[in-house]
Amino acid sequence: MPSPDAEPTLADAKPATTRAPANRAPDNRVNNRPWQSGIPLLLAAPAGLALLFLILPLVGLLVRAPWTDAAAVLAGPGALQALKLSVITATISMIIVLIIGVPLAWVLARPGLRGASLLRALITIPLVLPPVVGGVALFTVLGRAGLLGRPLYRLTGFAFPFTPYAVILAQVFVALPFLVLSVEGALRASDRRYEEAASTLGARPVTVFRRITLPLIGPGIAAGAVLAWARALGEFGATITFAGNFPGTTRTMPLEVYLALETDPGSALLLSVLLLGVSVAVLALLRERWVSRW
Amino acid sequence: MVAELFAQLGVRRGDFTLDLELEIGAGEVVALLGPNGAGKSTALRALAGLLQISSGRITVGGQVVADAASTIHRAPHERPIGVVFQDYLLFPHLTVLDNVAFGPLVRGMDKQEARRQAALLLERVGIADLGKSKPQAISGGQAQRVALARALATNPRLLLLDEPLAALDAKTHLLVRAEVRRHLADFSGATLLVTHDPIDASVLADRLIVIEDGRVVQQGTPLQVARRPRTDYVARLVGLNLLTGSGRGHRVLLPSGGAVELAEPVSGDVYVAFRPAAVSLFVHRPDGSPRNVWAGRIAALEPHGEGVRVEIGEVPDCSSSILAEITPSAVADLDLRAGSEVWAAVKASDIEVYAA
Repeated sequence: MPSPDAEPTLADAKPATTRAPANRAPDNRVNNRPWQSGIPLLLAAPAGLALLFLILPLVGLLVRAPWTDAAAVLAGPGALQALKLSVITATISMIIVLIIGVPLAWVLARPGLRGASLLRALITIPLVLPPVVGGVALFTVLGRAGLLGRPLYRLTGFAFPFTPYAVILAQVFVALPFLVLSVEGALRASDRRYEEAASTLGARPVTVFRRITLPLIGPGIAAGAVLAWARALGEFGATITFAGNFPGTTRTMPLEVYLALETDPGSALLLSVLLLGVSVAVLALLRERWVSRW
Repeated sequence: MVAELFAQLGVRRGDFTLDLELEIGAGEVVALLGPNGAGKSTALRALAGLLQISSGRITVGGQVVADAASTIHRAPHERPIGVVFQDYLLFPHLTVLDNVAFGPLVRGMDKQEARRQAALLLERVGIADLGKSKPQAISGGQAQRVALARALATNPRLLLLDEPLAALDAKTHLLVRAEVRRHLADFSGATLLVTHDPIDASVLADRLIVIEDGRVVQQGTPLQVARRPRTDYVARLVGLNLLTGSGRGHRVLLPSGGAVELAEPVSGDVYVAFRPAAVSLFVHRPDGSPRNVWAGRIAALEPHGEGVRVEIGEVPDCSSSILAEITPSAVADLDLRAGSEVWAAVKASDIEVYAA
């Protein structure tokens, strides 16, 4: 099992270092490492290829989208409804992930925790698990006949599947590991001695966590939250298996795109562009608000 | 009078054992001096509560904060202490003022009042105008003052300083040292200063405690320690040559079989100390007056102040190396270089002898 730091999907989550820099970042415009000025072809070629591979599909999306139909597709019943459901559920999921994920990361990052690597492996499972399998797994526990779902249904008459709550559960399931690993990385990279300093000043452990730990790993939390939100927004497999595909209640954007692809590929392209636009906008907004504050 | 700090510290960690007894009075400054790995930081962490003692007991201001026998272990936030950490550890997300106000604030003081007090403290350490700055934006010397102000803000009974001057450049070092000395003089509680710099320790502390391998090897006033070192480490620290042997009349017999001639008779196990400047070097064996003369070979020469410090590596008679300090012109006249064979001579009257 690779270490969480090596997880390629988490590259964005690299925490900003929390050690106080002695000086502000050096001026990048001055090339003060002349021996590193040339990029060897052996690296430049695959790097360029990787970049192209990431960008070209997006360009294709933008080029091939039938822009003239945009107004009609967006005004249609499905699109905005699905978008609204997606944004709301992804945001709620992100909040839930933050509330339960940050403490889990904190526990995981505690020095000398027994079984930490086993725990970390368990947490990583949803990352590598096909989402459809995740959805099936959720069904076995929270479905109407599930381990917890059956008693819940008997007591209250409520069942998760085919409700927006199921959408949120599916999203939390797949997004949680992103935040936990990102925040845990930030905690490990942060200088725990600040916490010691705070405790010698009279701060109780909870106060230390609230006033020192949280602000210091703020960038890591923000990065993790963004990743979690994006993962939740794009969630498809677990949603369709566990929550179903009902317009207005469980049909999120990715489901809408998939559905449209079968009947009207042009509108699927437009919906994809819309989803892309919303993701990029939110990402940019969050970056502006939190990440760059440091 | 009951000491402000009374501590018997026993800490076991793998092969390392710290076994240390400390007693510091109100207003007294004690420096804990020792080489790397001697257990200085371990002692400080144990006193602060960041590390649990495996045996012993710690009393601060008459209050037991740790007792291994009755398994009392107060957490750091429950101890009346203030700590200045080695690299200060100012909270990077808070302003200088809020760093200083942090202690009073988390101890329940009203926010306005905490900030007002913090501002007063900053004024006292002479950086009132930096309150709004972030720690990243201030200099090392300023950060040191903030760290001290922050530690004093909670009115601790015990102030712990961990290498408080180590992170400063040479020029700031002297300046800040004088300031710290002034602030420590104003502080009414007990102060323990951990350092590996003997000069910082002598300037700042009323009393030195030297530890090696987790044990006290020597303690006393800075003058006592500087004049009468009791281990090789301390001798090197204060810049003296140190030999051990047993006194027989006007001689000290060294374990190697050699002897040191003295001006006064002594008996029993003794230490023999002499300044490097009291050692003269000759290319040929000198004769005349009652001198101690040893043959040896030069291991290294290096400039030291206005003179040259010569380390004579193999002195068979002393079973120890000897430091000599001579003038650069003497080095030239005698054509001394690493590897040269020389005779080292010390007058009996330049030798200090004291009981082991």
